[in-house]
Amino acid sequence: MVQELHRLKETPSQTAGPYVHIGLTPNFCDIRGVYDNDLGTAMVNDQTLGERIIIRGRIFDGADTLVRDAIAEIWQADGAGLYNSPSEMRGAADPNFTGWGRCPTSGEDGYFEFETIKPGKVPFKDGRLMAPHVTLWIVARGINIGLHTRIYFSDEAEANAADPLLLRIEHRQRVETMVAQRDGNIYTLDIHLQGPKETVFLDI
Amino acid sequence: MSANSNQRPETGAFFARDRAWHAPALTPEYKTSILRSPQRALLSLDGTISEITGPVFGHSMIGELDNDLIHNYARPGESAIGERIVVHGRVLDERGRPVRGALLEFWQANAGGRYRHKKETYPAAIDPNFGGCGRAITDDDGHYAFRTVKPGPYPWPNGVNDWRPAHIHFSVFGHGFAQRLITQMYFEGDPMIWKCPIVNTIPDRAAIEQLIAPLDWGQTIPMDARAYKFDIVLRGRRSTLFENRLEGN
Repeated sequence: MVQELHRLKETPSQTAGPYVHIGLTPNFCDIRGVYDNDLGTAMVNDQTLGERIIIRGRIFDGADTLVRDAIAEIWQADGAGLYNSPSEMRGAADPNFTGWGRCPTSGEDGYFEFETIKPGKVPFKDGRLMAPHVTLWIVARGINIGLHTRIYFSDEAEANAADPLLLRIEHRQRVETMVAQRDGNIYTLDIHLQGPKETVFLDI
Repeated sequence: MSANSNQRPETGAFFARDRAWHAPALTPEYKTSILRSPQRALLSLDGTISEITGPVFGHSMIGELDNDLIHNYARPGESAIGERIVVHGRVLDERGRPVRGALLEFWQANAGGRYRHKKETYPAAIDPNFGGCGRAITDDDGHYAFRTVKPGPYPWPNGVNDWRPAHIHFSVFGHGFAQRLITQMYFEGDPMIWKCPIVNTIPDRAAIEQLIAPLDWGQTIPMDARAYKFDIVLRGRRSTLFENRLEGN
């Protein structure tokens, strides 16, 4: 016999189901008067520092059909590359930027959309700077455990080429599944849950 | 976060997720998963600062009735119909430590098994006094509590005759975005739990049992509301012993 580790098991994930909006974005699904606003709809205000951008995307299933009942959440650093989190030890993040956003995919065109700022670079564990990126988490009916991926930016080709996470992707043609394409101040990315264009999802 | 200000900041990466404890992505008995499940291997990576950090939600954002689903949608002086219950428990990490300041959001069907949602097709009645959502933030001990009515079971289109056992959905934020979790709570003694294709996406019976809240007779409020206890475990994180610290740490 040896000593006990006394570790608990993580609570198993279950699908968010078709009615996830009731819990996470009640105003979006016409449950009014319980919360003033849906959480995560405003990431920036007038004072937020950094380059204003819009990140939008759609989610497709394995039959290339739009997933219109998902919720997307993003988490990102501020314009200077600092996270608005107690675990951020490198300095104080912009108090006018939450870093976190939540948006349901539209019941019509299927887009999620975040009004945010372009994040600065943050370091990998060995100190190398990672390319600017946004962490994306997706839940929906039919997804048993939330899917993590990242959104990188098409106008950061040089940084993307040296990014420690992107360099880990063995099948190089899949790198582009994580890179949003810039048009003006709008970045767009299509997420594919499966199929030949399947997005690189992370176990992180 | 303020509740944490005199604690050492948590900067360690999270324990690797035990994916065999969770449902796999593809679970054909739950039909919707067939086209929504990634088929390629996930890219595994030890957490970076992008995953070990996460958003903070202050107690100040919580409204007075946010944790009272019996009243937070009801007309003044009225209340939701159904069996009155209190659901409470602690949010812990895999090391057994309380997770303070964790935001929990919950949603559920009404006592008849009907959701207030435009996609809902079950003919059970809408309760005009029940919205179905609530939220709470854990205290310094990791504890949360809310009051609601016990949700009803309901049929859903999967197999010809599939029914969901009574359940409450939970969304949980810990301190790092890698801890983000959505799950469902079931009720002790419900025979429908073991017939449910969504429950049975989880391969391990012990893992399923971790989702079943026992009746908590001690916390039951006499002449008022029965209590169920539901503890939630989020991923634990390494202490940063002997690890190279990030720049400036």
